[in-house]
Amino acid sequence: MELYSNKKNDTSKIKKDASVNDRIPDGLFLACPYCGAQMYNKQLGKYRVCAKCGYGFRLQARERIELLTQNFEEMDADIQMDHPDFPGYAEKLKRAQSQTELAESVLTGLADIEGERVALGIMDSYFMMGSLGSMTGEKITRLFEYATAHRLPVVLFTASGGARMQEGINSLMQMAKVSAAVAAHQEAKLLYLVVLTDPTTGGVTASFAMQGDITLAEPHALVGFAGARVIESTIHEKLPKDFQRVETLLENGFVDQIVPRSELARLIAQIVRLHTTEAE
Amino acid sequence: MPDILSGLKLFKRELTPAQVVKKSREDRFMAREIIDGIFTEFVELHGDRLGGDDMSIIGGIARLGTMPVTVIVVDKGIDIHDKLSKRNGSPEPWGYRKAQRLMQQANRFNRPIIMFVNTPGAFPGKEAEAQGQGEAIAKSILDSMKLTVPMISIIYGEGGSGGALALATADQVWMFQNATYSILSPEGFASILWKDSKRSEEAAEIMGLTAKDLLEKNIIEYIIPESRNHPRVFNLIRKRLTDEISSLNQLTPDELIVKRRNRFRAF
Repeated sequence: MELYSNKKNDTSKIKKDASVNDRIPDGLFLACPYCGAQMYNKQLGKYRVCAKCGYGFRLQARERIELLTQNFEEMDADIQMDHPDFPGYAEKLKRAQSQTELAESVLTGLADIEGERVALGIMDSYFMMGSLGSMTGEKITRLFEYATAHRLPVVLFTASGGARMQEGINSLMQMAKVSAAVAAHQEAKLLYLVVLTDPTTGGVTASFAMQGDITLAEPHALVGFAGARVIESTIHEKLPKDFQRVETLLENGFVDQIVPRSELARLIAQIVRLHTTEAE
Repeated sequence: MPDILSGLKLFKRELTPAQVVKKSREDRFMAREIIDGIFTEFVELHGDRLGGDDMSIIGGIARLGTMPVTVIVVDKGIDIHDKLSKRNGSPEPWGYRKAQRLMQQANRFNRPIIMFVNTPGAFPGKEAEAQGQGEAIAKSILDSMKLTVPMISIIYGEGGSGGALALATADQVWMFQNATYSILSPEGFASILWKDSKRSEEAAEIMGLTAKDLLEKNIIEYIIPESRNHPRVFNLIRKRLTDEISSLNQLTPDELIVKRRNRFRAF
């Protein structure tokens, strides 16, 4: 049935990837949301990467932990909204929590990446589109505070649709709250490494995603501030295909390197080692 | 009955959030008028020194009473051509970078920074994205967390989203009585949450975007009462700015920064 229910023009749109049905693709065939190539699910391999264009399919935070680290101790696992009083918000949160096994849209903790100890944060686009709620901001802030106190580098994988509408202005304030913690971490002369993953937009792009000392990105990830539809309706112009793709950002000078998913752990560890100050 | 009620509210000058939204978008106070009304000896400074100058952000140095200060003001423009060229007060990345440059300059000369915000948001354009609108806002916020001079930001019309926050990461944030400050416009909010931008009035009601709502939540410190008598409003602002800056000046640079960061840590 799966074979017949996948309409061609549906799968060619990236937006569809965000839908719950595609969350963990269980179909026999998949289409790459970026290049549209059809392939067997198994062809994606353990890194879940398009065999044709290298696009990394969206991962859940816990899946990424598996690929990236040998050892992970979660921090602040239980932090979550106390009174989600906006209409329908509590139900949305509950659904997201059961789908992702996370209490919020970011997973934080201490990790060993190829032997290097880092404070690691991974945003999960399957949790309310990785939106920046006040508890998301709280967890990331605490991660930076911990890293500053214990002199650790921070590695943060960003994935977010932007602000969390249900929390209104408090969501906006998270951008400043996390930035304050980034500032303190910077002043302690510690490394902050960002990995931009698909998609990173809105308030996250306009704050901690663009504040790293070094910024890596996964191939073809969508990264931008304003949504493409908003821009098109503002300037009355169709946007080119690679608009807001990290390849364009690299060209324009906003990304240090685009790195295949399978290479990330090795490169992160190498960069961290290059920032270790102690002499041999 | 509803008519009588709304009549009463008008009488008490208490507007509904939807009315405030409308009012915040009217040309009640103009950027140049604010600068001339509050400060003296204004010297305008142009350019971000990276290749751009955005006219929707007016920046410069001036005196507040006798004290030299740096002034950064978002300008929506006066007539239709002016408004178009300033995209109705939506800054481009090079506008934020001009502001960053002037903030750094203020820091170097130990001048307090006073910002006036009136923007629907950062401009959602092709060139803006290519030039790193996100990065520009991110850096404005991060820089603001490190400056050791007093910073006060006043939202005098619309305070739209990250584009406003970039100039409202300060020791104190004030709002004009009929200004708004929100995560996005009520139209955008309604269209995202309910897929219907026509429900903007309803959105305005629940978004909590009025000065009164935000004062209750400690998002802002002070509401500036408005009056048709603009000089009176400006005199009040000048006096209050002078008082607050002199008390912020009592703090050491470290204390000031810790206090500013803690202000946002609370959210």
